[in-house]
Amino acid sequence: MKEPVPEIRIAQPPIQREPALTADSTAGRAGAGESVSPIRQYLLSRGSSTMADRIFRYLMVLCALSTFAIVLLILWQLVLRSELSWHKFGFSFFYDVFRDPDTHATLYWDPVNARFSALPFIYGTLVSSILSLLIAVPLGLGLAIFLTEMCPGVLRGPLAFLTELLAAIPSIIYGLWAVFVLVPLVREYVNPVLVRVLGWTGFFSDDNPTGLGFVSAGVILAIMILPIISSLTREVMSAVPHSQREAVLALGATRWEMIRMGVLRNARIGIVGAVILGLGRALGETMAVTMVIGNTPEIHRSLLSNGATMASVIANEFTEAVGEIHLSALIEIALALFIVTIIVNIIAQLLVWAVTRGTPSQAH
Amino acid sequence: MNQQAFKSRSELRAWTDNAVTALSILATVVVIIPLLAIFGYLIYKGASSLNLAFFTQIPKPVGESGGGMANAIVGSAILLLEASAIGIPIGIGGGVFLAEFGRGTKLANAIRFTADVLNGVPSIVMGIAIYSLIVVPQHHFSGFAGGVALGIMMIPTVSRTTEEMLLMVPHAVREAALGLGVPNWRSVLSITLKTASPGIITGCMLAFARVAGETAPLLFTALGNSFWSTSLNQPMAALPLQIFVFAISPYDDWHRLAWAGALVLILLITLAVSLVRYVTSRGVLKGAS
Repeated sequence: MKEPVPEIRIAQPPIQREPALTADSTAGRAGAGESVSPIRQYLLSRGSSTMADRIFRYLMVLCALSTFAIVLLILWQLVLRSELSWHKFGFSFFYDVFRDPDTHATLYWDPVNARFSALPFIYGTLVSSILSLLIAVPLGLGLAIFLTEMCPGVLRGPLAFLTELLAAIPSIIYGLWAVFVLVPLVREYVNPVLVRVLGWTGFFSDDNPTGLGFVSAGVILAIMILPIISSLTREVMSAVPHSQREAVLALGATRWEMIRMGVLRNARIGIVGAVILGLGRALGETMAVTMVIGNTPEIHRSLLSNGATMASVIANEFTEAVGEIHLSALIEIALALFIVTIIVNIIAQLLVWAVTRGTPSQAH
Repeated sequence: MNQQAFKSRSELRAWTDNAVTALSILATVVVIIPLLAIFGYLIYKGASSLNLAFFTQIPKPVGESGGGMANAIVGSAILLLEASAIGIPIGIGGGVFLAEFGRGTKLANAIRFTADVLNGVPSIVMGIAIYSLIVVPQHHFSGFAGGVALGIMMIPTVSRTTEEMLLMVPHAVREAALGLGVPNWRSVLSITLKTASPGIITGCMLAFARVAGETAPLLFTALGNSFWSTSLNQPMAALPLQIFVFAISPYDDWHRLAWAGALVLILLITLAVSLVRYVTSRGVLKGAS
């Protein structure tokens, strides 16, 4: 084996998200841990301050409940204001296709005749998000593997910091950079190559000279969701106990085999969660996408064509909406976006928690 | 398995191992490139367009060169103050409940989960909800609505970091306070929160930095304003909004202002964060443990 013998470490339990301090799990703490709870309870129940304590407690509960309140508030307001559109279009809002009465061209979004269908925006959101995942997942995984398993200790801190820095850049600055740097690059170099190499598939046709469109949107989205995917993947990978790695290495595995069998296999649920969380971010990302996707409510087969996403059409048309029904249709899109991102985030959180919370890999 | 097969197989394994290592390094390099490109371009373009007028003048009409974003900088400051006044107290309160009162209860778990999910809700949806809650009844766009939208977005982040920081405070500290006869509310406010304050302040600054660059929730609430206005009851300019308007305009002069604005936005966020960190790191009980 080429690998140097790894230093022998005492297997550590994975990082626990919730320190074992709750009343029923104090066993994890050393020494005086057991006797903590009754004394505190006695101290808390005694004295003249119980009234003030109760008020304080209710105040804090109120603050905490505001989280629920916000979710319900958003839902209530969106449902309220989208009623008009819902009554007029019903479920067909999400799949309808119209014909122009004169030219018989396909129409989806027709403010002039007050006919609306969210289909092109659903399509645009899906395509741009999937494209961004295709770029960001391999890169994010590679980065996470490098940082947790291969990187020399000196570089790990700075590199991790740099990649987290990507998450701190506001979306508007990504958009600005994309408009003036990325889009010209895509127009001059990426699109011609894609047309030449993959033009035969029909997904890359040379009819959009602007450089705006799904490719630009996918690339900028990928840069934006990379830090989320890689930092969460790193978190779940470092939650895998060292004993797993050592066991696989002891059987004579190479480093990659150790990563594949010892780490990725144990962390796979969490990694899927990280990817879905990145998807959730990509679905709702607004400013950067609005600036580079071209904003045309159409569906084309070519990925080089302009499009629009659910978030971008809201940002683009909301303040200039003509008439109640247009506004209502836009709010219904917002409602759909809200529900979809909530579901995606719930799934992602459950998956990430499943790995980082308990100690699943120690069970066997 | 004969010798030959074994040898080629272990060669293949070693080769795969090296290939994966190379790919991982490649991925890391590919990720670092856009980061450097964005910062490099921002500094290059922004610094060359910055001048005193940028900080002292309001935008000039199309055709006249020069002008600045003074109104947007002030507007952003007002909006962020309002957002912090709403988001930070409520967020810290929520964190105190999660860490001090609700530990291990079903309610606390549900709130924690909701906060994490709320964090992932697109900011444009937040903007629409506040539009429909405040702007529609008022019949006009206002800075106040923008501040509320940003403040609400701060709550989940502040709650979760406050909770995590409070969980790191050892139990002995709380018990010492209670043992001296300090009421619980006092012990939470003056002992536990104070012990954890460096971490909590960092969390608040993270939330602050995040909403400082938010544009989408302001589009339909604060709306933006090309004139001086410091009234919360009027449409208010904000740096990110102004950058957006300038960036999608067809004028070179405005593009330059957009780059300068982006550089100033990043610098102001960094400055605000480090200033607060510096001021509060002195004269504060350093972290426990």
